[in-house]
Amino acid sequence: MRVQLFVTCLVNSLYPDVGKATVKLLEQAGCRVEFPLDQTCCGQPAYNGGFRKEARAQTRQTLDVLDATDGPIVVPSGSCAAMLIHHSPELVGDDADYGAKATRVAERTRELTSFLVEDLGFTPADVAGGHTATYHASCHGLRGLGIKQQPKRLLDDVGVTRVELTGEDECCGFGGLFSIKSPEVSVAMMETKIAQIEASGADTVVGVDVSCLMHIGGGLKRRGSPIRTRHIAEILAGDDQ
Amino acid sequence: MTTFRERIQDAFAEGVPIAIDRGARGHYEHRAEAAAVFPQMEPMRDRARQIRAEVLANLDVHLRQFADSVERNGGVVFFAADAAEACDYIVGLARREGITRAVKVKSMVTEEIHLNAALEDAGVETVETDLGEFIVQLAGETPSHIIAPVLHKNRQQIGELFAERLGVDYTDDPGELNEIARDYLRERFLTAGMGISGANFGVADDGSIALVTNEGNGRLCTTAPRIHVAVMGMERLVRDRRDLAVMLEVLARSATGQGLSSYTNIVSGPRRIGEPDGPDQFHVVIVDNGRSATLGSRVAEILYCIRCGACLNACPVYRHVGGHAYGSVYPGPIGKVLTPSLYGLEQWHELPATSSLCGACQEVCPVRIDIPKLLVELRNESTHELSAGLRRGLAIYAGVTTHPRVFRLLTRTAALVAGVWSRDGWMRRIPVLRNWTRDRELPAPAPETFHDWWRKRGA
Repeated sequence: MRVQLFVTCLVNSLYPDVGKATVKLLEQAGCRVEFPLDQTCCGQPAYNGGFRKEARAQTRQTLDVLDATDGPIVVPSGSCAAMLIHHSPELVGDDADYGAKATRVAERTRELTSFLVEDLGFTPADVAGGHTATYHASCHGLRGLGIKQQPKRLLDDVGVTRVELTGEDECCGFGGLFSIKSPEVSVAMMETKIAQIEASGADTVVGVDVSCLMHIGGGLKRRGSPIRTRHIAEILAGDDQ
Repeated sequence: MTTFRERIQDAFAEGVPIAIDRGARGHYEHRAEAAAVFPQMEPMRDRARQIRAEVLANLDVHLRQFADSVERNGGVVFFAADAAEACDYIVGLARREGITRAVKVKSMVTEEIHLNAALEDAGVETVETDLGEFIVQLAGETPSHIIAPVLHKNRQQIGELFAERLGVDYTDDPGELNEIARDYLRERFLTAGMGISGANFGVADDGSIALVTNEGNGRLCTTAPRIHVAVMGMERLVRDRRDLAVMLEVLARSATGQGLSSYTNIVSGPRRIGEPDGPDQFHVVIVDNGRSATLGSRVAEILYCIRCGACLNACPVYRHVGGHAYGSVYPGPIGKVLTPSLYGLEQWHELPATSSLCGACQEVCPVRIDIPKLLVELRNESTHELSAGLRRGLAIYAGVTTHPRVFRLLTRTAALVAGVWSRDGWMRRIPVLRNWTRDRELPAPAPETFHDWWRKRGA
């Protein structure tokens, strides 16, 4: 099956290894991965910030690039996938041409773990490793797309030792610009999350969004914690040894 | 007035009471349990949303019908354009009738219009009779939660407050504290000339109002005094008792996890001939106070709200900062939309901005208000200078990302620069990002972007 990878701007610059692991995983699942080179940012930061005009420009750019391709569009991020599925159609809905593009793109867009589980029914190869993982559910994937059981099922299927996280569905306090505009609350929320992670006994926090992992990981690092953050693609592709 | 951010900083400096997080989580869990054992919860929420949508779409018609019905039942209706008109009417009524003492049922709209202060200024002793509100009033504070006004206090603090203000021996036993309040309030119930309540719902077709409480104080306030004044936000209508039943199914479950509140009162007017009790006069004050403007705005959906408080309990921001930091009568997610909408976005622009848009509020809202979307709407409307700075930054990013070649060039350049500016994959401190880096490390751009890796791979 031919799939288009929408890698997201954060993965592109900060976490290219997550993109590489996603490619590897999709290829293991029998997909032929294509990567539209002119993709940039889906426009979510501007949309969430309330900057509709800027978000619309980015959405149009993204739709032009993605609508010119075929097959499922796979995104290693719940929040960027939710942007393409829910908010892009709403942002350009008043324009007949882009509205149609947005609808087509939204129908083709899948978050990585739901694509693997629901569309492909794919179980990756067993992953050896002595780590204990816990799963943090990122808000937009969880509440916008129903990403909850898929990642945990995949982790269990590949034999990762997994412990439950109390407050799994509580926001880590990232929220994009919120983390910079309201640092005190953002950090307080992060500290609650970190305390919950520490209480879980895990040495690795796994998620489907690098943005939340960047936030949690930045807090763990500052506190000198040995707990690591990993995107689920890295774990499932066996890149985390 | 201080900014929201300053109030949050102050709250953290003083230490936000642990009781807030614990109380909010408790309500949140009770709601989840109640929803889990009520198979009709989800369809009932859909139905409740439809009911609210229909009422607001035809609010003028329903308001006229409601007012006619109240008057047919022998009640008096007053439409108040704003808080001052509402207070003036009630104060005027108290003066005319020679009222010196009023007892109150807990009501958010009377908090909103600052009715207690207006009555006290006019020499009317005004006593809150909901236990939580009574405590808040004794302490000279404001409620910190829509349905649990005293969430910010623990029982030791309440014991100290009672000892100091009521001259009783110190106790922190909840049962004993409850008895002290009962004794104090009993005499007030029996001697007050006016009982003041809110209205959880007004029923348009028969002119009744529904009141839910857990303490029974609502029954005393609306029957013992000779005058009952019900103050109601103008959006709080349902068409008929059938629709009321649906709203009651979701209200208490969402608020406290109860199937139904302990007391549900339907007040259908003053005492009629032959009836043994009830007030001689029944007044309904319908308050606009910015609601008409909200109804015509892009955030009109906020008027679906039935004040259950579920969104506060679910909200991680509320749990961390508590209700008082919001600076408004309405805290939490609902307050972040309602406050700027009723009182002006320029003054309250920080409220909608201070959210991670996690969506926990929408998930529990009994009428499924899309609060994150409304917050984004308000952010879009805000023209505050803080927003203007961010807009410039995002406009530049939008410019870059709509030109893929420039995007690739700049991300490649960032990767190179980061090689110099970072250590072990993390950035050194960056002054413009100090709000991030004060408490968190920031990862550095990787030496090679995914784009470049992909292109090399293909080659």
